[in-house]
Amino acid sequence: MNTRILGGIGIAALAVVPLLGLGNYHLHILITVLIWGFVYTSWSIMGRFGMVSLGHGAFLGVGAYVATMLWNTMGLSPWVGIPVAMLVSMAMALLVGYPCFRFRIVGHYFALVTLALGEVVRLTIVGLRDQTGGSLGMTVTGVPEGTSLLALQFGDRSTFFYVALLVWLGGLVIWRLVDRSMLRYALEASSEDEDAAASVGVNVTRAKLMILMISAAMTTLGGALYAQYQMYINPETVSGIAISLQIVFAVIAGGLFTQLGPTVGAVFTLLLAETLRVTFGHDIHGLDGTIYGLLLVLFIIYMPKGITGSIMAGLTRRRRPTPAAAPAE
Amino acid sequence: MFDSFLLESIINGLLLGGVLALLALGLNLVFGVIDVVWICYAELVMVGMYAIFFLYVYYEVPLAGAIAAAVLGVALLGMILHRFVIEPVLGTAPINQLLVTGGVLFFLQAAATLAFGIEFRNIGIRMPVVEFGDMFFSFARILAFATALVGVLLLWLFLTRTYLGTAIRAISQDREIMPLMGVDPRRIYLITSAIGGGMAGVAASLLVLQYDVHPAIGLSFGPITFMVCVMGGLGNMLGGFVAAFIFAQFISVGGYLFQIEWGYVIAFCFFIAMMFVRPKGLFSR
Repeated sequence: MNTRILGGIGIAALAVVPLLGLGNYHLHILITVLIWGFVYTSWSIMGRFGMVSLGHGAFLGVGAYVATMLWNTMGLSPWVGIPVAMLVSMAMALLVGYPCFRFRIVGHYFALVTLALGEVVRLTIVGLRDQTGGSLGMTVTGVPEGTSLLALQFGDRSTFFYVALLVWLGGLVIWRLVDRSMLRYALEASSEDEDAAASVGVNVTRAKLMILMISAAMTTLGGALYAQYQMYINPETVSGIAISLQIVFAVIAGGLFTQLGPTVGAVFTLLLAETLRVTFGHDIHGLDGTIYGLLLVLFIIYMPKGITGSIMAGLTRRRRPTPAAAPAE
Repeated sequence: MFDSFLLESIINGLLLGGVLALLALGLNLVFGVIDVVWICYAELVMVGMYAIFFLYVYYEVPLAGAIAAAVLGVALLGMILHRFVIEPVLGTAPINQLLVTGGVLFFLQAAATLAFGIEFRNIGIRMPVVEFGDMFFSFARILAFATALVGVLLLWLFLTRTYLGTAIRAISQDREIMPLMGVDPRRIYLITSAIGGGMAGVAASLLVLQYDVHPAIGLSFGPITFMVCVMGGLGNMLGGFVAAFIFAQFISVGGYLFQIEWGYVIAFCFFIAMMFVRPKGLFSR
C-alpha cells in the first residue's frame, strides 16, 4: 500500500482524536507522547548516523529555561523566546561540535564530551539559582485568562494537542527531508569511514555540524514546548545526564533507524511508566528505572534495531523468500 | 597580600585531585585494555559505598573488613558486568558497548533507590580535622590522597613488573597479535574488569568517609570522571592522572571564588578550550 495514503489516514485519525471526548488523562498521555516523540525524533535525526549524543538534555534545558526566563522576567513572548533559545542552542552546538568534528572526536569521545555538556547546562541552571530558582525549579507565569496565543499558553488540552501534533508532524517531515537529502548520504559515508568520505569530496565537519545544529534546534523547541505544557520546569527533568540517557533509551527501544521509531519509543516508555504507576502506585521509587535499565541492556544485546526495526526486518524477511524461491523451481 | 583561604582551597583541590585520579584510573585501565567505556563506573562506586555502609553500620563488621569485602565485591561486579553485559556486544558497533553500560547505570541507580530508598546515609565516622596554620584540612581527604598515590604506584608496578601486567599492556597495544602469542584475551579482559571494579571499590571506601551515600551519588562523580579521562586521553593513565589534578584545582578554586557549581562550569569551559588545543588528550602522540 502507498505509504503516503497510509500517512494521510493516520494524520486524519489523529486530528479527530480530541473530538472523541477523551478525558483529560488520556489527552494528557497523548500530548506527552507527541512532545517526547518529537524530542526523541530530534535526537535520532543525528543518532542514526552514529553520532550518539549523551547530552541532548543540554538543548532541552536551554529550550525550557531560556524561553521561560524571557517570558517570566521580561514578558517576552515565547514566539520570540523560542527562536532566541534555538539560537543559543545552535551556538552551543557549534562551539562544542566544531572541535569535535574538526579533530575527529567520534564514538566514545563524542558521547562523553556531550555528556559533559549536558551536565554543565544543568549545573549552570542550578548555579543561577537567583534567576532560575535552582533545584526547586520554576513555574511559567500563567496568563490570567488561561489561554493566550501570544503567550503560547492553552488552558484547553485539546488546543494544546493540536499544537503538539503540528510540532511532532514537523519533526517527522524534517526527518524525511534529511532522509531524502544528500546530507544523509554524506553522513552515512562519514559514519562508515571518514577518510573515504572526505576523499570523495564530503565535507565531513560541515555535514556533521549541520545535522548537529538541526538536531539541537529541534530539541530546544521540544524543551520549550514541554515547559509551555507542564508550566513547571526543573533542572533535573529538563537537563543533565538522566534525561539525556532517557532520550537515548527510548530511541533505542523504539528503533533508531526508522521514521516512527522514536515515537514508538515514546509510546513504549510512557505506557511502561504509566502501567507500573497504576499497578504499584507512587510509593515504590525506582521500580520504573530498574525495569528501564534492564530492558535497555536486553534491547541492545538482543534487539539492537528496536521495536520498529525488528518489525520491519520481520516483514522484509517474510516477503523476500517468494522471489528467491522462484528461480529454483 | 597573602590569602590563606585561597591556599587552603588550592591544597584541598590537590587532595580532591587524588580522589579524581583514583576514579579515573580504573576507568582508563578498562578503556585502554577492552576499549569500552563503563558509563556506569560511578554507579559501581556507589554500590561499593552502600556495601561498606551496610556492612559497617548494620552488621558491625570492622571498617577494614567492610572495605576489603566491598573492594572484592565490586571487583566481582566488574567481572559480572563484563561477562554478561559487555561480552555479548563486544563484536557489534562500538557505541552499543557504551549504551549498554548506560542501561546498567539506570539499573543500578534505580535498583539502589528501590532497595535503600532515597535517604542520604552517613557512615557516622568523625574523621579528625588537621589544622595547619589557620588552614583546616579533612583527614579523610588526606587519607584519600595518600591512598590514590599508593594505588597508582601499585597499579603501575603491577602493569610493568608482572607477567600478567605485561600481557594486559600488550593486549591493549595490539588486539590481533596477542592471541597468536598464546594470551587468552577473554581471560585478560575478565582480569582487567576485576581490577577496574576493584579500583572502583577502593574509590568507594575513600568517598564513603567523606560523603553521604545516596542512589544518585554516581551522577555527581560520573560526569567529572569522564571529563578527566577524556581530557587526559581515554586509556592514557598518565594523562588521566595529570588531568585529575587540573580539574580538581578548577573545581576547588573556582568553587572558592564563586560557588561550587561554577567551579564545575569553569572546569568544563577549560575542557572545551583544551579540546581545540589537544583534542586527543593531554599527552597524545
